Amino acid sequence: MSRVKTAFRTPWFWAIIGIALLLLVNSIKNPAYLAISVNPTTGLLTGNVLDILRISAPIIMIALGMTFVIATEGIDLSVGSMMAVGGAVAMQTLSTLDSNSVGAMFTAIGLALLLAIVLGAINGILVAVVGLQPFISTLIMMLAARGIARVITDGQNTNATNEPFRQLANGQILGLPTSFVLAIAIVVLIALTMRRTALGLMIESIGINPKASRLAGIRPRPILIGVYVLSAALAAVGGLFSVSEVMTVSVGGTGNLMELDAILAVVIGGTSLAGGKFSILGSTIGALLIATLNKTVLFLGIPAAATPAFKALVIIALVLLQSERIRSFAFSRTKSSGTPTGPATPAATESTPVSKEVVA
Amino acid sequence: MSTSRTLAETVPPVADLPESKKAENVTHLSRLWERSQTLIPTLTALVLLFGMLIYAEIAYGRVFHAGTMSSLLVSFAPTIILAVGMTIVIVSGGIDLSVGAVVAFSSVAGVMLMNIGVNGWLSMLLMIVFGAVFGLIAGVMIQYFNVQPFIATLAMMFLARGLASILSTTPVIAPEDSPILLLATDWKLIDGPKVNDFTITPGLLIAVLVVLGGLFFMHRTRMGRTVYAIGGNESSAQLMGLPVSRTRVWIYIVSGALSGLAAIVYTAEVGGKAQNVTGIGWELDAIAAVVIGGTLLTGGYGYILGSIVGVFVIAALRLIITKDGTINPEYLTIITGAVLLAFVLLQRVLTRRRSS
Repeated sequence: MSRVKTAFRTPWFWAIIGIALLLLVNSIKNPAYLAISVNPTTGLLTGNVLDILRISAPIIMIALGMTFVIATEGIDLSVGSMMAVGGAVAMQTLSTLDSNSVGAMFTAIGLALLLAIVLGAINGILVAVVGLQPFISTLIMMLAARGIARVITDGQNTNATNEPFRQLANGQILGLPTSFVLAIAIVVLIALTMRRTALGLMIESIGINPKASRLAGIRPRPILIGVYVLSAALAAVGGLFSVSEVMTVSVGGTGNLMELDAILAVVIGGTSLAGGKFSILGSTIGALLIATLNKTVLFLGIPAAATPAFKALVIIALVLLQSERIRSFAFSRTKSSGTPTGPATPAATESTPVSKEVVA
Repeated sequence: MSTSRTLAETVPPVADLPESKKAENVTHLSRLWERSQTLIPTLTALVLLFGMLIYAEIAYGRVFHAGTMSSLLVSFAPTIILAVGMTIVIVSGGIDLSVGAVVAFSSVAGVMLMNIGVNGWLSMLLMIVFGAVFGLIAGVMIQYFNVQPFIATLAMMFLARGLASILSTTPVIAPEDSPILLLATDWKLIDGPKVNDFTITPGLLIAVLVVLGGLFFMHRTRMGRTVYAIGGNESSAQLMGLPVSRTRVWIYIVSGALSGLAAIVYTAEVGGKAQNVTGIGWELDAIAAVVIGGTLLTGGYGYILGSIVGVFVIAALRLIITKDGTINPEYLTIITGAVLLAFVLLQRVLTRRRSS
């Protein structure tokens, strides 16, 4: 019983319920939705679920980076543009090298990461050393990085051919999309680094109280800069995954409006926007929920441009749930009635967007 | 209050002592310096503006030219309206990222209403109301649920953009007899030779009225002073008994309503065509204008006229880039970002000096 109660209190538990509900809605519309079949021409597995996993890879990457930024009580609004930068560098490099080798792929990935790290360091320095508000420094970077992506490709939607690079999103490892497997590997690697060393705790302590953590001997500057660099680098990796699907970078479209996806995934996963704690597993599941939501909206025939409205409704519901006023209201009701009604409110949240889609 | 007055009376007047006179002078000077310090960014922006205009005149010509000036003013009328709203929000210590998306929703919704036969003037009023509703939701979230302003308005940005896309993903065009098109009539004020006329439109007039209204609101009304007080120190404002909650919600309603108004002016200017992709990046233009104009992002300081100077700086920047032709338009966002960053850094240096 107590285990069930803990599960109800875990934010990502509700995200899993949300994913299940969305898949259920899709299955009702088309009973064969969950079916996985073998594509006769390529010999690979195909199916809607695998599609969801593939498009979730970039979202997992930006959500992971955003998790640590938000844990330090910051925000990184430049992740979407950073995806475009990563994709643009990779495509431009591959189209210049014009070879099908693995070496060309690694050159492209290396250059993309390098530029993203430089831009992320600028973000970090503006926040940690100059002392600007995170949202304004990253807002400027969002503007500038999109411009940089345009400059790199001369404003063109550059495409390139490189078989190994194309395999990132289109290949499969043990039946799962390569990009998803890589994303999970990166998540596990970073989770181990954060939780097996003191790094994760230090990030959280900066988010709780920067002054107190400095007095406790934690130097905030390198950690803050590192967090923004990590976020930018992961966003660039997300951009690589996203462009390798179609081997074209769309300088206006790649990563456009993905900032809210990342923030949403992080908030769904239970990381508070007030900073001070993070949940890597939660953010990953949150990202999977966003990917499922994206696919569901498309599947139900709603224009893709309308998805932001649903995401906005979900995030409004979630931030309201995080607010003191609603919490104290729910808490006092719990006290008076004597039964734990805690789960009732999140359940309502999860069902709201779903029912909205059914109506729409 | 009374005790301090009696204390002051008991202390003998010391004004005739030479040292104290000097000290008073110094405090006077430092106070003057401190006051003008808040004007430094605005003055820098003015210098930059005239520098850019003079450069453009020398390099490309036909800049101080009634035709060029008036068309530039007319095309930046929506930005001027948005900048006024954004100034009020930023002075209160908040931010409104939703303005561009609200413009898109209001214009699409308004034009669709006109197309299904709703009275043109009524639809225009409704466009402002739609904007105000988005502002109201954001304001309530921020004030009563303690949501950070940028998160609340980012959510509104996505909501408005998504709803606009649900309404229509293709451009919708207002009927030809719609009164909204009257707002784009050219009024020739000065009939110069050939195309060198100084023409304004009712839309530009609306923008000027909004600026005047904003000035009156910020400097001559109680609510305007409360906005400054909230931006300066919210808990002090609360302790002084100022209506913080009500004012804060109104700030976002005003910003949303002004976005609706900007949607009207813009839709009129482009001939009644409304699209769901209108206004992408306009929030950044508005924020950049406000910051260049000397309003502190942390709130408490700022002037609407400064933001108007900021809009002109951005307009002059666009003018130079289009006149030049050799500058890749791809660099435009990088240049705007760099200018914005430079002014944010300037603010940072000035505020740091003041606080230390």
